[in-house]
Amino acid sequence: MRHLMNPLDFTVEELDQLFDLANDIETHRDKYAHACEGKKLATCFYEPSTRTRLSFEAAMLNLGGQVLGFSDAGSSSAAKGESVSDTIRIISCYADICAMRHPKEGAPMVAASRSGIPVINAGDGGHQHPTQTLTDLLTIRSLKGHLGDFTIGLCGDLKFGRTVHSLINALIRYPNIRFIFISPPELKVPDYITDMLTEKGIPFEEVIRLEDCMPQLDLLYMTRVQKERFFNEEDYVRLKDFYILNKEKLEAAKEDMLILHPLPRVNEISVEVDDDPRAVYFKQAQYGVYVRMALILTLLEIEVK
Amino acid sequence: MLNVGKIEEGFVLDHIEAGKSLSIYHHLQLDKLDCTVAIIKNARSNKMGKKDILKVECDINTLDLDILAFIDHNITVNVIKDGEIVDKKELVLPKEIRNVIKCRNPRCITSIEQELPHIFVLADEAKEIYRCKYCEEKASESTATWK
Repeated sequence: MRHLMNPLDFTVEELDQLFDLANDIETHRDKYAHACEGKKLATCFYEPSTRTRLSFEAAMLNLGGQVLGFSDAGSSSAAKGESVSDTIRIISCYADICAMRHPKEGAPMVAASRSGIPVINAGDGGHQHPTQTLTDLLTIRSLKGHLGDFTIGLCGDLKFGRTVHSLINALIRYPNIRFIFISPPELKVPDYITDMLTEKGIPFEEVIRLEDCMPQLDLLYMTRVQKERFFNEEDYVRLKDFYILNKEKLEAAKEDMLILHPLPRVNEISVEVDDDPRAVYFKQAQYGVYVRMALILTLLEIEVK
Repeated sequence: MLNVGKIEEGFVLDHIEAGKSLSIYHHLQLDKLDCTVAIIKNARSNKMGKKDILKVECDINTLDLDILAFIDHNITVNVIKDGEIVDKKELVLPKEIRNVIKCRNPRCITSIEQELPHIFVLADEAKEIYRCKYCEEKASESTATWK
């Protein structure tokens, strides 16, 4: 029995198979409509995350399965003091697979070690959110046709953004990737990541302004710059506009550049960009459902002919 | 020159970094053993200038060498039987240490589930860095919170 705790739990070859399956699901939805009939997904969300939970639930419903679960710790047995280890033993009696989100880092791993059913980490604190990374990779592979051979700009909060760190770790397994990190100095990508890239001989650049690198980018991964991350209001006001993508900045970009964002967006991408064919962040949410469908099938070892 | 007598059976932990012997005494929980222990501080050393030495008269299976290796794998462990050195144990960094140090990350699952073992896995042998098995928080001997 396999679980998914970290995007690197799967080899590059296994990810290829997963993404092939996701693409087949995308083109032959009907073929998979009953694949999980009689199976149940438990969504154990100890903290609210509507988007991720609904994406998992949509994935299972699309496969003909059913869902049960809770969407915050207050409505679960955790409020009575039950441990994650005990909860998962009980859930294992009720469902066939579990997606778990927990504010404590490593909670899904503890669950997996005691579970009788596959456990998917649906986000554990600031640690891992593997299905977001799989979504990002599937989106890039589906729309670019390949993973590798591109320059990717990662923009915004690169210091605290776990999505960004996971994506970097996942992308370095593919050939000829060049990273451009676009952030204010306060929110620079951590040293352990740049040290690791240097050690592996993977090219990267750090810039302050989006305009400084736009023409070079094949992919632009935007993230939110949160006001509370800054030391003072002045710095925030001075820097925030550098990290807002609008039509004007996009003029310098390549025709086939893709704009991704893990969402939710606040104001870092102007709504005027939404209609640009390069803006794929809403498609990304759709790919999130396909990749979760493929993951559920893979972990349940269900083959659809 | 201070002379400390021979021990019949036990360990001589040599080449301890000067000043560290007392913390090793505590981490090995030697205070809980009913045996003779000699703590020698700041002994002259050709190799290190100054060093500490611990002599412990006990059954040779009593000591947890994994903890010792985590503290400092450069320590020389001489095994003594019948007053003679019968073995010199080489310390290697353990791949995993269990319930020796605590995870300091307040967001780690171990912070709320008390019964979970605190497990650290050797993540970088060259830099001697361990990471919490659950949340990957970094720990090294100098920054560890001992259980």
